[in-house]
Amino acid sequence: MSQPAQTHPVLDPVFAPPFPQAALTVLRNPQLRKNVAHAIDVIQSKRAKLVAEKTDWQELRSSASATRAHTLENLDYYLELFESRCTAAGGQVHWAADAAEARQIILDLLRQENATEVIKIKTMTSAEIQLNPFLEKAGINAYETDLAEIILQLGDEEPSHIVVPALHINRSQVREIFARRMGLENLSDDPKDLTNAARTWLRGKFLSIPTAISGANFLIAETGSVAIVESEGNGRMCLTLPRALITLAGIEKVIPRFQDLEVMLQMLARSATGERMNPYTSLWTGVTPGDGPERFHIVLLDNGRSSILARPRERQTLKCIRCAACMNACPVYRQTGGHAYGSVYPGPIGAILTPQLIQMQHAQSLPYASSLCGACYEVCPVKINIPEVLLDLRAQVTDQERHDLGRFFDPMYIGLRIANLLFARAWLFHTAQFIGRIGLRVFTRKDGWIHSLPGIGAKWTQTRDLRGLPDQTFHGWWAARHKEAK
Amino acid sequence: MRASLFITCYNDTLYPETGRAVVSLLERLGVELDFHPRQTCCGQMHANTGFRGEAYTQAKRFVRLYQGAETVVIPSSSCVAMIRDQYPTLFAELGNESLRNDFAALLPRVYELSEFLIDRLGVEDVGASFPHRVTYHASCHGLRALHLGDRPFRLLQKVRGLTHVPLANLDRCCGFGGTFSVKNAEVSSAMLAVKLQDVAATGAEYCTALDNSCLMHLGGAMHRQYVSMKTIHMAQILASTAACPAEATA
Repeated sequence: MSQPAQTHPVLDPVFAPPFPQAALTVLRNPQLRKNVAHAIDVIQSKRAKLVAEKTDWQELRSSASATRAHTLENLDYYLELFESRCTAAGGQVHWAADAAEARQIILDLLRQENATEVIKIKTMTSAEIQLNPFLEKAGINAYETDLAEIILQLGDEEPSHIVVPALHINRSQVREIFARRMGLENLSDDPKDLTNAARTWLRGKFLSIPTAISGANFLIAETGSVAIVESEGNGRMCLTLPRALITLAGIEKVIPRFQDLEVMLQMLARSATGERMNPYTSLWTGVTPGDGPERFHIVLLDNGRSSILARPRERQTLKCIRCAACMNACPVYRQTGGHAYGSVYPGPIGAILTPQLIQMQHAQSLPYASSLCGACYEVCPVKINIPEVLLDLRAQVTDQERHDLGRFFDPMYIGLRIANLLFARAWLFHTAQFIGRIGLRVFTRKDGWIHSLPGIGAKWTQTRDLRGLPDQTFHGWWAARHKEAK
Repeated sequence: MRASLFITCYNDTLYPETGRAVVSLLERLGVELDFHPRQTCCGQMHANTGFRGEAYTQAKRFVRLYQGAETVVIPSSSCVAMIRDQYPTLFAELGNESLRNDFAALLPRVYELSEFLIDRLGVEDVGASFPHRVTYHASCHGLRALHLGDRPFRLLQKVRGLTHVPLANLDRCCGFGGTFSVKNAEVSSAMLAVKLQDVAATGAEYCTALDNSCLMHLGGAMHRQYVSMKTIHMAQILASTAACPAEATA
């Protein structure tokens, strides 16, 4: 079965279309929506079961949240501690202010290694800095080794989730991609056969490519160690077989003590994949002669993070441990999947992180990509109050836009400005109610319902009716009743 | 006991029957009611769309109008959530000391309807009768911001003749989200479609909630799609008695 060619989603907030427009593409793709909803429901029910069995889940959340908040309050201290401990253990620490700097550092390191090929562990941060296309242009082939990332890379697809990036692709679509790209015409869509195909393909890479790039789940300041959690063991191969390892991590990934992993790892596995413990947890500290990579570099990336850190209420965004529980719980994400968010970070966390990473210069539609239902906050293992940050960002967007001439004629702005005038004076509000009631009579059918409205009202009536305005308002009824009583 | 009613903007305009039901219910329970004819809106629509300055003006107005009230009852969970969760931030940013103090004194006296009945009046059986099959939709703000918990179910349980049909995926949003329903109309409609499937599957005669905003959304889709179910605010169910059934109050 061959898939129809699909228009490529743009996962760069600078160029991506606004959320409502990007979402339309997904809403018109029933197969993709079915894949996303199915995958989400499976993860959600696994998570719910495993969270329910922890009687101290709320205490664990408080603890994880406090650890992350404390780290961010003292980030400079913990980063310097990490740098000194990691360096003492034989690692080399590099600092990158932005994506371009990080890409260049990594390219220079790869050139030092004379690398023309590199194997990669799944890392969202490398997607954030758009590393793969950059390396490709520089003549270095980067091979993803995470099963989902292989599917995406071979299928020329984009990630739609931060933990299960290929969740929008189903089994038969995976079979098609593998058969086409690995030259396996008779491949079945049995998961066992698909895994075997990937394994054979991967082995060749593991055994022949001596340089690897990874991300990091946690940086431990106290010991200078790096922690990576994964499900497949392919990451473990990348961390142990190559001679040189380059790790790219956002500066917010640091935690103070080794002991903090106790809480963090419990929260991460249960929140992310609905497992008590993820299958592979790799920890390493600098280099160990005769064991694993001989050279270890870590690139610490800012790329907008310190500007988020500077804002006290938005700072909590950086507490994120990338478990994706928020997107799994999000009723908006469940309908749109990840591509609509126009960023490698989709879902509720993406809606607050993406615009802030680029200093609110683009992606102004993302803070509005939420019904503010609060499900994200409820499940967040580090208690990021995402709705609160969304509201803050909405206020920032409005403050940016409100003096634009174009916005002056925007029906939403006009409506809200008028409403503000009315709500400040009851008599004006009551007059407007009266005029509205008369005005809407034209649109009200005999059954008492409005089926179609012009202008911005059409956005409502495209799928819903609206009951016509009743003849008497509540305050009118109250006044009449009061008069009678007198 | 005296209580002041806050009948928020869209209830006053679109769903006056909810306000009337609250009056008949609470007066039946012996509460003396006040209503400020100058009240308008809590400011939620502006705050949620990013118009913080405008929202502040309305928030301040609410505090000034109601600061003298013994208690305030609001039959709309999202407006109560606005007051509890967003007013403190607005006043911290834009307000002065006197406003913050007046608000802090007022806040503990502000109740959502089911909170007022159970926590303040201490009644679960309000003497209502509503012989129908009813499903309850938990609005997100009632569920996650106000933590209403089992209050709505305890109230419904004591209504004579009422059969409660549980709704699947109770914690899933209906997709309304205020201006979200217009700004992201297509996504909102997709969420609504999923919700409506669950609601219709209950086979209930009525879908009730403590927030007319969700009911306006769900009811609008039911009417569009000829779903033979009606929406009704819980205040109207609780106001309904054998002698004076809900249809008559509506």
